[in-house]
Amino acid sequence: MKKYTYTEKKDTRSGFGAGLSELGKSNPNVVALCADLTGSLKMDAFAKEHPERFFQVGIAEANMIGIAAGLTIGGKIPFTGTFANFSTGRVYDQIRQSVAYSGKNVKICASHAGLTLGEDGATHQILEDLGLMKMLPGMTVINPCDFNQTKAATIAIAEHEGPVYLRFGRPTVPNFTPADQKFEIGKAVMLNEGTDVTIFATGHLVWKAIEAGEQLAAAGISAEIINIHTIKPLDNAAVLASAKKTRCVVTAEEHQMNGGLGDSIAQLLSRELPTPLEMVAVNDSFGESGTPDQLMTKYGLDAVNIVEAVKKVLKRKG
Amino acid sequence: MASTAELEKIVSQVRRDIVRMVHAVNSGHPGGSLGCAEYFTALYFEVMKHNPSKFSMDGINEDLFFLSNGHISPVFYSVLARSGYFPVKELATFRKLDSRLQGHPTTHEGLPGVRVASGSLGQGLSVAIGAALAKKLNKDNSIVYTLHGDGELQEGQIWEAAMYASAKKVDNIISTVDMNGQQIDGSTDQVLPMGSLRAKFEAFGWDVIDLEKGNTVGEVVSTLKKAKDHTGKGKPVMILMKTEMGHGVDFMMGSHKWHGVAPNDEQLAQALTQNHLDDEADY
Repeated sequence: MKKYTYTEKKDTRSGFGAGLSELGKSNPNVVALCADLTGSLKMDAFAKEHPERFFQVGIAEANMIGIAAGLTIGGKIPFTGTFANFSTGRVYDQIRQSVAYSGKNVKICASHAGLTLGEDGATHQILEDLGLMKMLPGMTVINPCDFNQTKAATIAIAEHEGPVYLRFGRPTVPNFTPADQKFEIGKAVMLNEGTDVTIFATGHLVWKAIEAGEQLAAAGISAEIINIHTIKPLDNAAVLASAKKTRCVVTAEEHQMNGGLGDSIAQLLSRELPTPLEMVAVNDSFGESGTPDQLMTKYGLDAVNIVEAVKKVLKRKG
Repeated sequence: MASTAELEKIVSQVRRDIVRMVHAVNSGHPGGSLGCAEYFTALYFEVMKHNPSKFSMDGINEDLFFLSNGHISPVFYSVLARSGYFPVKELATFRKLDSRLQGHPTTHEGLPGVRVASGSLGQGLSVAIGAALAKKLNKDNSIVYTLHGDGELQEGQIWEAAMYASAKKVDNIISTVDMNGQQIDGSTDQVLPMGSLRAKFEAFGWDVIDLEKGNTVGEVVSTLKKAKDHTGKGKPVMILMKTEMGHGVDFMMGSHKWHGVAPNDEQLAQALTQNHLDDEADY
């Protein structure tokens, strides 16, 4: 098992803020909109550095999405910022008609996704956003794993023509990806080559997959670990190549089973290469109040759950 | 500058297009379309600065128009074609398979003249505000126009957008509400009375102009030109335009029943007779 280390834990939302600030300096067409959550989204630096390109819309997310769609007419590249719940479920029809169907170059940037939002509870802990967004034709869906990768993804999506959903979160997590690693949309990142099983993980579950890989290695199981930061378009070639090699897979994500990464991979494999598969995800349930760590444990999204899923899928391997 | 007589002739041709388009596919929305024939003709043939032969999505240094109540696509398509955005004969494809003229307007098939999809109501004002903000960033002094149905104002997003536009001084926008007083289930007063729209928009910080005769093309032209003089003064501009649903076809006039129903063969013939042109240029 390849050794991964980190010097500090950082929040992915701060990676977004840092990336946006950098974009503000390098690309004069980048504009940003926020619905009264500038501090939470870490958009303060951009707002301060480029007040003429920052639009505070107040608590009016539908209007924010519409204004963003309009700003593209005239060549701007709008980045909208609010919590994931208000970035997707609350404004689904606005995104569907004014952004996705209209083919507008809007970057929908969503923080506080999933259970790790913590104490605010289920009203704010959206676990359906990846599914909602990936169903929209033409939408690119990205869920990076740490500060550095979120920063790189933020910068990369400005160069991509078309609507993008960028998902990140609130808690601090190990910042282990190299700061200079280029972010390639739709290209999976191989973290550890293995032979017995493949773990496909996204977002906050990537580090937990690494922890699970270490535990599995200690037990003599060789896990291939792949970071799927882009849910759509899925890196089909990488998924199929690894499944062909290990012949059993586990998916891990901070999302509902329905509609998430596991769902995408299961669809691909059942069409192209039927392979035993287990999913580590939330099973048709809302979240609740608690600390992020307590919630990840209660809802079965820890390294130990990945290890258990691996053991289960290994038994099903032909 | 077109004379009023010339504009009236275009209005009649547009009405002929509308009833023929919806009749051909036995679907679509003739009522609101007919009621807005004067508005669209005034805007596209007299008021807007635009470049139909060279459509560009960004529309730099051009006035832009956004149709928020997308179901009145027949009048929009007719005027876009008649002003040169695409061949008039393409109106024959309206609502048919593989057409660029979808039931509701969209950019998806690349129809020149359309800059955003609309149909799900209440979204167009926000999009227009975004386009108006982009114009300000680009130091482009052109104007952004929008049209809305009065029933559409029941959507909450309209009021989010209305609040934003005045708060942030988006004063390069001229919106118009088609006050035909009708929606699908009945009159707006029966379905959900909205009270004084003038009072509401003034309370939301807009510069409100009344247009009593929205089916008199000369009045529409002069009101739109007056509205232009109200731009650039720190407030978004709203025209409350009274029209009659189905105007120009007597059996459709003033009734919500023709919101989304197409005429039969006999009704089409009557409608065309009522909008007779000696030198009609039907597609």
